[in-house]
Amino acid sequence: MKRLFFLALLLPLSVLAETGYRLDHSPNDPRDIVSLQEGARTFVNYCQGCHGAQYMRFNRLTEIGLTEAQIRDNLMFTADKVGETMKTSMPAKEAKTWFGVAPPDLSLVARSRGADWLYTYLRSFYRDPKTPSGWNNIVYPNVAMPHVLWTLQGERGLVVEAVKDLAGHERLEYRWTQLSPGALSQVEYDAAARDLVNFLVYVGEPAATKRKAIGIVVLFVLGILFIFAYLLKKEFWKDVK
Amino acid sequence: MSARLAALWNWFDSRMPTVAQQWRIHASEYYAPKNFNFWYFFGSLALLVLVIQIVSGIFLTMNYKPDASLAFGSVEYIMRDVSGGWVLRYIHSTGASAFFVVVYLHMFRGMLYGSHKQPRELVWIFGVLIYLTLMGEAFFGYLLPWGQMSYWGAQVIVNLFGTVPFIGPDLALWIRGDYVVGDATLNRFFALHVIAFPLVLLGLVVAHLLALHDVGSNNPDGVEIKKYKDANGRPLDGVPFHPYYTVKDLMGSVVFLAVFCFIMFFVPEVGGYFLEYNNFIPADPLQTPPHIAPVWYFTPYYSVLRAVPPLFHSQFPGVLAMGIAVLILFFLPWLDRSPVKSIRYRGTLYKSALAIFVVVFVILGYLGTEPTTVWGQFGFDAFFLDTKDVATWVARVCTIAYFLFFFLMPWYTARDRVKPVPDRVTA
Repeated sequence: MKRLFFLALLLPLSVLAETGYRLDHSPNDPRDIVSLQEGARTFVNYCQGCHGAQYMRFNRLTEIGLTEAQIRDNLMFTADKVGETMKTSMPAKEAKTWFGVAPPDLSLVARSRGADWLYTYLRSFYRDPKTPSGWNNIVYPNVAMPHVLWTLQGERGLVVEAVKDLAGHERLEYRWTQLSPGALSQVEYDAAARDLVNFLVYVGEPAATKRKAIGIVVLFVLGILFIFAYLLKKEFWKDVK
Repeated sequence: MSARLAALWNWFDSRMPTVAQQWRIHASEYYAPKNFNFWYFFGSLALLVLVIQIVSGIFLTMNYKPDASLAFGSVEYIMRDVSGGWVLRYIHSTGASAFFVVVYLHMFRGMLYGSHKQPRELVWIFGVLIYLTLMGEAFFGYLLPWGQMSYWGAQVIVNLFGTVPFIGPDLALWIRGDYVVGDATLNRFFALHVIAFPLVLLGLVVAHLLALHDVGSNNPDGVEIKKYKDANGRPLDGVPFHPYYTVKDLMGSVVFLAVFCFIMFFVPEVGGYFLEYNNFIPADPLQTPPHIAPVWYFTPYYSVLRAVPPLFHSQFPGVLAMGIAVLILFFLPWLDRSPVKSIRYRGTLYKSALAIFVVVFVILGYLGTEPTTVWGQFGFDAFFLDTKDVATWVARVCTIAYFLFFFLMPWYTARDRVKPVPDRVTA
């Protein structure tokens, strides 16, 4: 027991293990409504079969410019009422038998992992015959999740080589190869990944855009208040020598 | 109308004159030195944050569920489905860190101007008690969101008590109410966080203020303003707290609130320092996060804990060092032998010691947020290197410096070449 708090720091651990693979910057933009809608579509079509967003309500998607009818007709595969949350239809218990781990809920994944991680992760799957699913990911090695978007991206292979640069420092070089084409070009696939990440960031904190808008007003009001507070203080203190 | 109001007030005052009397004692006729500077804002700001935390906390309890299976979801429910819930939650989470920011600056002010010295030892002691209670309050509160860091942070800290020789394991069990941190722990931490510790905190704040108002406030010159009074018995260098300092603190509060709101509305996570990223993952007793770090305000002491090597396979020496590092603050008034209070009239010895102390405290704080491998390892081996992590050795040096600041204080403050102190405050 007394060892626990040091043990925790030493565990080589799987989940957030550093692989040294550099994360790409995610170009997602929370104000891009079209991108958010695209992301929502990708999410319900490709992700929601296994992953839920159990804290997110369908009807809240009116915030990203959709009507309740549009939501009902295009996005609601797992719910009957528009006020329900975006749960997955996959039972967690069975999922655990199938994949070895229940697919995590994605409501807050953008807040725990960050947009850059997600954006890189979604674009870093490769064929690996050694894993049960036949897929692996350089950002999250030996992840249980197969490459769900492979029909879009196509199959890719990865060769990792240790090379020496001119100064003699060893570093890893990653070479991606396209084994079979997908439905989307690389540029289109990157855009699809960006939209999905954009949606996940929005789902992580739906109030974020509103928060910043209110913040500007609050700071403005405090600025005005400061002028009066300063003048009041000056007025009272002018007779203190 | 005003005649009616005056009549109403007279009716009230003749039945309960205490109110007006206390107002005079603590506000309108409490004479505070007129030369308070920037550092003197943080006392009133601490009081402001206390009020903010209590009020936002009350509203949070209306939707929060202290149940291991519901707690995490109820926080998200507050963030998403409760009207204005995210505002309340961010106020409270920002307030927790803001509380420590202002309290640390307030304590540093005391060390700058010798506010702990005679005759204000009791004020200082009540202050340290407030700080200890605040640490408990923050620790209990941090479990409530029931994220991974909440869970494992609580696990680590409760296990610290488990290292106490002989009674440790039973003590840890008694605190947790279970063999692991679980529902029983969450429930009792909730009770302690929302009522027990806030009550103690409020009581101590009252004691802190009463003790202060009995002896009077110190000031940046560290001179007693009560020595020189006018014909009416009012200190020549004092001004009534109300309205002079109420309007000045109002101005300070607006600036503080602007910073507070900037964080709250634009960067509520503060890069993982105010809200840790791992805490957005629900608590999982079966999965230890790779790196457990307490929130920033505990990290200097966490560094001390990690820096001390185990003895006979027990981490108790580290726990003891951490405990002493906090409790030694109680003895500051007696460790400080300087004949002067303010840094303005102290000599190089105290000035350098305080500067080193601040640097060391910040380094310890930073290292506590990072894994011990953050600064790499030594490239050589030696028999005395029980660990090759550079950061651990830096933390050890800093820990020694931290303790030397206090242990050597009677020596260097007594030998310091102090400057003559003026009779009255300087402008």
